[in-house]
Amino acid sequence: MNLNQEVELLKGVPIFSKVEPAKLKLLAFTSERLSFGEGQELFHQGDQGDAMYVILSGAADVLIDTPGGPIAVAELKRNGFVGEIAILCDVPRTATIKAKEPLTTLKISKDMFYRLVAEFPQMAIEIMRELAHRLEDTNQKLRAATKAA
Amino acid sequence: MQRNLFSYIWRHSRPEQLVILYLVVFAQVAYFISLSLPKAIVNNGIEGKAFRSQPTVTVLSIEIPLPAFLDLGAAWTVFEGFAVAQWPYLVVMSFLFLLSVVVNGQFKKTINTQKGRMGERMLRRLRYELYERILRFPPQHFRKVKQAELATMVNNEVEPLGGFIGDAFVQPMFLGGQAATAILFIMLQSWMLGIVVIALLAVQMAIIPRLRKPVLALGKQRQLTARQFAGRIAETADGIAEIRAHGTVNYERADVSDRLGRIFRIRFELFEKKFVAKFWNNFLSQATPFAIYLLGGYFAISGQMDVGSVVGVLLAYKDLPSPVKELIDWDQQRQDVQIKYEQVIDQFQPEGMVAPELQTLPPGPIPMLAGAVALSGVSVSDDGQIKLLDQVALSFPLGGTLAVIGGAGSGKEVLGQLFARQQRPDSGTIRIGDTDFATLPEPVLGARVSYIGQDTYLFPLSVRDNLLYGLKHRPVADAVYAEDRRAERELFRRESQRAGNPDLDPAADWVDADLAGAATSDELLQRMAEALRSVELEDEIYQFGLRGTIDPARDPALAEALLAARRALHERLREPAFAPLIEGFEAARYNRNLSVAENLLFGTPVGKAFEIDNLAGNAYAQSILKSTGLEDELGRMGLSIAETMVELFSGLASDNPLFEQYSFISADELPNVRLLLQRLGGKGLDAVPAADRPRLISLPFRYVEARHRLGLIDDAMEDRLLAARRAFAEGLPAELRASVEFYDRERYNGAATLQDNILFGRLVYGQAQAEARIGALIGEVLDTLGLRNAAIAVGLEFNVGVGGKRLPAGQRQKLGIARALIKRPQLLVVNEALATFDSRTQDRLRDNILAACAERGVLWIANRAEQARPFADVAVMDKGRLVGRGTHDELAARGGPYADLMSGG
Repeated sequence: MNLNQEVELLKGVPIFSKVEPAKLKLLAFTSERLSFGEGQELFHQGDQGDAMYVILSGAADVLIDTPGGPIAVAELKRNGFVGEIAILCDVPRTATIKAKEPLTTLKISKDMFYRLVAEFPQMAIEIMRELAHRLEDTNQKLRAATKAA
Repeated sequence: MQRNLFSYIWRHSRPEQLVILYLVVFAQVAYFISLSLPKAIVNNGIEGKAFRSQPTVTVLSIEIPLPAFLDLGAAWTVFEGFAVAQWPYLVVMSFLFLLSVVVNGQFKKTINTQKGRMGERMLRRLRYELYERILRFPPQHFRKVKQAELATMVNNEVEPLGGFIGDAFVQPMFLGGQAATAILFIMLQSWMLGIVVIALLAVQMAIIPRLRKPVLALGKQRQLTARQFAGRIAETADGIAEIRAHGTVNYERADVSDRLGRIFRIRFELFEKKFVAKFWNNFLSQATPFAIYLLGGYFAISGQMDVGSVVGVLLAYKDLPSPVKELIDWDQQRQDVQIKYEQVIDQFQPEGMVAPELQTLPPGPIPMLAGAVALSGVSVSDDGQIKLLDQVALSFPLGGTLAVIGGAGSGKEVLGQLFARQQRPDSGTIRIGDTDFATLPEPVLGARVSYIGQDTYLFPLSVRDNLLYGLKHRPVADAVYAEDRRAERELFRRESQRAGNPDLDPAADWVDADLAGAATSDELLQRMAEALRSVELEDEIYQFGLRGTIDPARDPALAEALLAARRALHERLREPAFAPLIEGFEAARYNRNLSVAENLLFGTPVGKAFEIDNLAGNAYAQSILKSTGLEDELGRMGLSIAETMVELFSGLASDNPLFEQYSFISADELPNVRLLLQRLGGKGLDAVPAADRPRLISLPFRYVEARHRLGLIDDAMEDRLLAARRAFAEGLPAELRASVEFYDRERYNGAATLQDNILFGRLVYGQAQAEARIGALIGEVLDTLGLRNAAIAVGLEFNVGVGGKRLPAGQRQKLGIARALIKRPQLLVVNEALATFDSRTQDRLRDNILAACAERGVLWIANRAEQARPFADVAVMDKGRLVGRGTHDELAARGGPYADLMSGG
């Protein structure tokens, strides 16, 4: 996959949809594209975080440690992103991300992330939208869980 | 050491001084003969006086004139000689004169060589004695003296002594002899002239030394200020971090300027005084010829002396001022070096030096210690003031473990220091079995007791040399010398003995592997690896090894083994889990994870010629590009890269770190490149001005297809680059052959690291954790082939730098501990040695150390009380006294300081 194909791919990612192509190209050029084999972890709950990942292909499980072992709480698919909490709030990773199948990601460093958000407020809105969705999703699960109990 | 330099010199160089004295005496005879010749040549050879009364004259007769009071006749005839006429007489006498010049020269040469050798020998002896004294200084003395001052004294300040030692006795004899001969000759010609000359000399001798007295005092000051200045420079180097951090450079500058000012004043004053003395010296020596001209002329005119005699007197006098002047100089130098010598040796006899016999190794095997360690009534005070230890009585078995706990100021660290002899008891005794600890020779102590304090000093050698340092008490096997070097070594050894230096050979094998419990070098390596593992340093050294290089010519077996590791690794790389992580080096394939330059060279550069970053500028590389027609292709690639860079980076501020990290073109260069592209207007490479082409051609050199992903290298381009790679290797001229080590699957590459050799490929970009996974795989492969220790052995060659500064502080301390462990001491004293580590590491290291010293004695001075938990036997100290002893339960039951320490953590 060369740079131009990668840029085409990024254009399809919702959070980058409003970013102009030239900047996407810079993002693609300066960010590391990382491949993970099945079962490899992107990061582990409790690690210090210094980057977020955009899934370019493949799927990954979001796992949370519980006393009874890790449980999968969500699945990440193509165009999803993960790891933004640790770099936004400077807290350790809140979940473990494990590749469910061979996975290609774009690793965006903390510096680059802030630079992009500062330059493209639209990106911040997309991220907020995604975070809100996730919060709503969690709330729903919580309601379901309390009802069941 | 004698305070009088002369007796020191006489004691150590008597026979040599005597030999030189004999030579000087013989030289005087030849000198006297050479003086009488000119007179004979002028009077008889030229003026023909002797031939007026007789046709022939006897030559080559040797007659020694005898003084009249001996009543043996006028002269003693040694040889009768030949009778010759005037012309042959002149020839014979002239050649005799020439011969006497040669003989005199020969004497001078021999005497000077002898003197030089003797002086250097004495200097060597003196320097060694001073150094040997440093080794015996009491520990507290090192808190007072500055290292640089010691170095200056041993090195520079005694240097002039070497020159003087050769002249100490000989010079006054030689010069005195010369002067006396000249005076005697003058006296023989005319006693009146002689008396005048002697009177004038006496005036000189009386006045000059007086003028020189202040010069000597200034010389003394000059020596002291220079020494202090050397100390000051060393201080600056040691404290440079503080000076910069506090911004006090100006204060330092002021101080140094002031010192230099004082040194200048002293030196300038010295010059002034010196030249005043010189002026008088010159004047007085010129006053004598004045007297000879006046009086000698009068005698000649009045017929009391012949002209030849006056000329002879003048010639003799010509040789007189210089010996006299040199004699005066000699006397000056004598006083000067005497002062220097005293000033140096006074610094080398501090109170409480270690007795020499405590530093000599008793013959035979190093004895084992036996019995219990017992301190009774031991008190230590700081300069006789504050009591650091107060009447401590403590005993423990040599094979047992004892932990000592206490707060700050409890004296526990002083207790530990006693065992390294860093402190000496003011009163009380320490015994090990029946032996008084104070009488144990240092080599025995060093072999049987290990001490680790809070700071470890590492020597600027390899990790290996530092680790084995504690095993070097004496040579265990002589060095083997080639036939042709053996005689040279023997001479070297004998010369050492002549100068009173020890003749031990540092090239011998000093490593006492027995002490480490190893019989072979493989076992010793195993012991080293174990010691490093105990202090959790093994992995770091292994990593050093992987990053190190070996010379396959010197170690072909290891190179072969590493090639086997390469094959085994590549076998494993076929597994699906590892296959995507590495792109191997294959001569017939383009490597997309290497840059264009690396693909072109396809080898490791040796030296500067083919450095990857400068390959584009290399003339040979350029010629290959031209001959393979790649120039245009690369130019087009460069143009494409330039366009992309301009597109990507144009909007960024020039200080954006992305430039530094990712751009092929610097922020400064970008506007020019943009202008160039605008002017081209898409017209392609042909329109590029010739001046800009080289820069464009150089751009793709750093381009890595897999990393930069601009899609510039297609299959056709790969083929062309491979053709260039082949042309590069095939056409390489002989003189550049040594500048590159090509990648060859079947050959070990001495220029590349161990890891690169085993890997023989490049990590693929963008594979998660590729480095860690491949690292683990290399470890597995090396373990399977039994090569881990070989890699460690390469890592052990890592040089730790001055004071070990190339290692972080934690690793330095760990290496120090490993050094103490490897000699398997009977007693290990750990004196708060783990304080620099975090508490979890402290506990792990403590357990490792205790495991390594099972069955041996350990005295553990704990930096936190909690550390003493695993010890069955604990001593509690408070304010320099022992206040508790027993198991944790016993001590806890009694409460008191123990309870306070344990609850305080």
